[in-house]
This record gives sequence, C-alpha cells and structure tokens, in this order.
Amino acid sequence: MTLYIVRRLLQSVLVVVIMLVLVFVGVYVIGNPVDVMVSTEADQEEFERMVRLLGLDQPLWKQILVYISNLVQGDLGRSFAFSEPALKLVVQRMPATLELVFVAMVMALATGIPLGMYTGLHPDTVPARLIMGTSIIGVSIPNFWQGLMLIFVLAVSWGLFPSGGRGELDTVFGITSSLWTADGWRHVLLPAVNLALFQCTLIIRLVRANVREIVLLDYIRFARAKGLAWRRIVFVHILKNTLVVLITVIGLQLGGLIAYSVVTETVFAWPGMGKLIIDSVYILDRPVIVAYLIVIVMLFITINLIVDVLYSVIDPRIRTARSGGD
Amino acid sequence: MFHTNGAGGELLRIEGLHTEFATRAGTVRAVDGIDLRLRRGEILGLVGESGSGKSVTGFSIIGLLDEPGRVTAGRIVFDGQDLLAAGEPALARLRGSRIAMIFQDPMMTLNPLLRIDTQMIEAIRAHSKVGRDAAWRRARDALGLVGIPSPEERLRAYPHQFSGGMRQRVVIAIAMLHAPDLIIADEPTTALDVTIQAQILHEMQRLRREREMALIWITHDLSVVAGLADRVAVMYAGRIVEQGSVDEVLDTPEHPYTEGLIGSIPSHDAAGGALAQIPGMMPSLIDVGPGCRFRERCPRATHRCRDDDPAPRSTGGERLVSCHHPGSGR
Ligand SMILES: Nc1ncnc2c1ncn2[C@@H]1O[C@H](COP(=O)(O)OP(=O)(O)O)[C@@H](O)[C@H]1O
Ligand SMILES: [Mg+2]
Repeated sequence: MTLYIVRRLLQSVLVVVIMLVLVFVGVYVIGNPVDVMVSTEADQEEFERMVRLLGLDQPLWKQILVYISNLVQGDLGRSFAFSEPALKLVVQRMPATLELVFVAMVMALATGIPLGMYTGLHPDTVPARLIMGTSIIGVSIPNFWQGLMLIFVLAVSWGLFPSGGRGELDTVFGITSSLWTADGWRHVLLPAVNLALFQCTLIIRLVRANVREIVLLDYIRFARAKGLAWRRIVFVHILKNTLVVLITVIGLQLGGLIAYSVVTETVFAWPGMGKLIIDSVYILDRPVIVAYLIVIVMLFITINLIVDVLYSVIDPRIRTARSGGD
Repeated sequence: MFHTNGAGGELLRIEGLHTEFATRAGTVRAVDGIDLRLRRGEILGLVGESGSGKSVTGFSIIGLLDEPGRVTAGRIVFDGQDLLAAGEPALARLRGSRIAMIFQDPMMTLNPLLRIDTQMIEAIRAHSKVGRDAAWRRARDALGLVGIPSPEERLRAYPHQFSGGMRQRVVIAIAMLHAPDLIIADEPTTALDVTIQAQILHEMQRLRREREMALIWITHDLSVVAGLADRVAVMYAGRIVEQGSVDEVLDTPEHPYTEGLIGSIPSHDAAGGALAQIPGMMPSLIDVGPGCRFRERCPRATHRCRDDDPAPRSTGGERLVSCHHPGSGR
C-alpha cells in the first residue's frame, strides 16, 4: 500500500510538470499580460519597464526554469495584478469553493442515492418514470441558465434567498466557514443546488443502473433463498455493492465539481477559486493561473488517494490484491 | 420436529405447473404443464439438456422467478401448503428454513463484499431468534459439518479467499443451517472440476442420510444422477417426458430422448468411442406447435407424432412416459 501511494505521488509530480509547461506556453502564445494591465495611454518606456519587472523579456524556456526553481523552493510567484503571492490568493479563496462543493455533493448524494435505489428497485412504477423524466430535464438545461433561473425566481421574484455572494463567517473548532451561520446557509443554498443538480441526475442514473444489475445477480437470489428480510437485502447486500461504483464516481465528480464551480461561482458572485481563475484568465495573470491549476491537481490527487483507500476498505478483493502485490 | 406425514410420506406435489416469460419476442413457455411428486427424504434427479426448464421449475417452487417469469397455472403443494397461494411473507418464512436452494456457480452465490460469518449469521437469525454468539457457534459447527477445516478462522474470511469447491461447501452449509425438509440443488457441481464434484456429491449423500432431507438434484448429466438419486425425471422443452425410479429409467429407458441422453454419457461407451450425441436442437419454447416436441430429433417419429401431443401414460408403478412409441431400444 505504501509503495502504491509513493508511486502515485511520483506520477502526480510528472503531471504537474507537464501541466506547468503547457500553461506557460499557452499563456505565452495568447498574448502579453502587460497589454491588458497597462493603461492604453502608457508610453513605450513604462510598458518595457513593466515587462522587465515581471521578467517577461526573458526567453520562454528561461521563464519556465526560473519559475520551476522558485517552485521547488515553495515560491509560486506573485500575481501580476495584485502583486501578492499567487498561492496565497488561491488558498485564501479555497475554503469558499470547498464549502460550496461540499454542500452540493452532500445534497446530490442525499437525494441521488435514495432516488436511484428506488428507481432501480421499482423501474416500471409511475414514480420511477416521473423521477427519470424529471432528471433528464435536469441534465439538458445548461448550468448557467439553471443558475440564472434560480436567481430570477427564488431570489429576485420571491425574495426567498440572496441573489449572490457568501454569507457571514464564523469560526468553530478552528475552522472558518459560512456554514456555521444561518446567513451563510441562506447564501450557499442556491449556488449549491445549482451545482448539485447535474451531479444528482448523474448519481440517480448511476445508482439505478447499478441496482438493476445487482438485483439480477445470483447472490441476491441466494440472499432471498435464505429467507432474509427484503429490507436487509436492500440496505446491506445491494447498497454496499452500489457504494463501490458510487465511490469511483464521487471521486471523479468531486474533482469535476471543484473545476466546474467556475460557472456557478461566476453566476452567483461566489468569492471562490473559480471566480478568481476567471478573473485571472481575463488579464492573463499567469502566476495565479498556474498556482490555481497546481492546487487543483493536488486536490485531484488527494481525492483519488482517498478514493483508493476507501475502495479497499469496502471491497475485500482489492484489499487482498494490493497487500499481495506490494 | 414432527410434521403431519412421517418419513416416506408425500412432501411436495406439483400438478400441471405452467411457468411463462412474457418477452418482447413472445411468450416463452419455459415450464409447460409438469407433474411431480416427492416423498420425504427422497432424492429426485431432474435431468435434461440446457434450456429444458429445469432451473425455472426450481425457481417456481421456491418462488424466486426472474422477471418477467410468472406461474400461470397449476399447483405446488409443499407439506400440505399451497405455495402458489401463499403470500410473499409466508414464502420468505419457508425459504431457508424448510426449503433451501443451491445454485450452479459458487463464485456468484456468495456476496463478495461480506464476510462468511456475516452471511451465515444473517441466515441463521432470519429464522431463529438467537443471539449473535449462539448464531456464530452454529455457523462454525455448520462449516465443520460440511468438511471445512479450521472453521473458526474461515468464518472471518471473504468468499474470494475460498476455492470453488470450498465455496460450494459454504453454500451447502448455509442451505443446511435450518435442517430444511427440501433442498433444491441446481447443477451445484457443474462449475467444479471432476474430483471436487465427486467430493461434493459424496458429502451431499452423507448429509442427506444423516438429516433425512429430500433433495431435488438438477443436472444435465445423467451419470451424476445414477449414483445419487432414488427417482429421476427427464425434462425436455418444458415437459417431463419420462419419470420413474433411477434403476428402471436408466436400465430400460422408454422415451427415445432418455435413451439418447444415456447414449451420450461418456463412461457408458467404450473408452475412446464416439459419443452418440442426440442430433438436432431443442425447439423454441415460443409458439410451440402441436405434436410431440421431440419428433424432429426422434428416430421413431411417425405421422401421429406430428399432429398429436403425447400425454404422460403410466407403464406400471410410478413410471410415467410421454411417447407414442415407448419401449426400450435395448
Ligand atoms: N428471465 C428469463 N426471461 C426469458 N426467458 C427465460 C428467462 N429465464 C429462463 N428463460 C427461458 O426458459 C427456458 C428454460 O430455462 P432454464 O430453466 O434456465 O433451463 P435449464 O433446463 O437449462 O435450467 C429457456 O428457454 C430460457 O430461455
Ligand atoms: Mg439451469
């Protein structure tokens, strides 16, 4: 298991390096950030001073090398726009995003698993058809449109929720979050629903498909032949086997949610990493873009590791294979 | 425990059982009017080619048909109780306690994510109001009984840590937990290799002697039935074409299909000799026409077989044959 984790970490370092080069080249090709940052009236001299200051007069390979050698020392550079350490900017915004993603994921799971189980166990009933029909609508409406409609109906017309921003913060057990306050919850609900809708549809379909496969398996029939209560078959035999598949998807989707929160954060003016990256892309603020991507990759890696560990907790076959292999 | 009938009395009676699957392609008449009787402690071999309706018969008895399977006609009377009229709760009480079932593939029968002790203890506690510790001891003893070494340790293992043969022993142990009156064993040794198959057969015979339980042993292999069963019923295309005591049926088969099956047993022929496979294929069970279902493959077929579906006729004692031209070919 340890060997396995080390191997995974080395792979991730490689991913980070490749990503760094790609982003550097990408941003370099798109244009010069100084064009965007310096006002149109600035003269040539000021422009060049700025270019030198940011190190943009160096050849691209040199810029990359300097960046990487700084990176190894834990320095991800300063934002061109805010002249603050880029990593600090990203990390400051991270709790807001994680909080939003966490609430969205919990919502998606809390509704998706029961609905998926129900539709999987009773596929031909009217409620099941209704759920499946509705959930198709959930996927086919674009995310930003759903967000705008939520704001329009629930926030603007009915005034039930604020239309954007993050609520009051509080600190409990050393964790600062808006989830500790009622105002925070009022703010987080709409964007979380917006983010959760697609995931929820996905989870319903996945659980449903999985349950329909599992109920046909011999071990479920054998469980029934033992005379077990249906309740026990559903909540122990079927649910546990569904979790194996679900964990993979949660792992994949959690990363996706963090990345896709860009749209939701923009629509709901949620002050998270997604909003920061959009703003940074507009002004080609390369250090922030790279820092954001490194943080995202790190999050993905961490999530994948957790998923792998969870896997072996749930599935004994994987546990044996891994301990045997290492 | 005493039941209404003593040893040798009737345990199971199946009359005119029809089981159908309404599929998109048409209605599959998987079991198309069969009659069967089983005495207490008796072993019945249910034999036939793959697809002849043996498994569906078993699932009909225990009430675990796959969708869209339905019993459309007939009666299944188990120890005086009409199973088709019994509701799901009543059936669930019978399953595992008085009627147990074993499936073909032991790799698929146990839940891969649950330990053996979990799967045994839940089976015990489904029917006996005992504590976990008492249930655990019963599980351990049951594993020992079917010949699993160091059962205490093995209880903590997961299914994938057992070989196929050991897994089938676990399954048998689970089936026997409540000393059922009837075990339906659906090709329980087909997925195992020959030596293991012989061990399991031997084990089942020993357990049956000790426990006095009736057994329906489903197989496509007549040679297995020869050494095990008291009586045999031969199934073809949803019907039972011949039934009687093992000795009678195997020594003097009346139905040409039975004769064909006997001819295709490897050990029956001289070593190296070509096996007499029955030519042709079983007809589709959708839209079965009039006449005998075996006629296309039958050496004795006549005009009569084309128009007239042969009903089961007694040829003495418990012997029943559905054929217009019965008689031993030897
Ligand atoms: N779930 C199902 N849906 C449709 N047809 C089925 C189903 N299960 C069994 N059958 C049909 O019933 C017939 C008998 O099957 P089965 O009892 O499994 O045969 P076997 O004698 O090999 O055990 C086959 O023709 C099969 O196609
Ligand atoms: Mg079968």
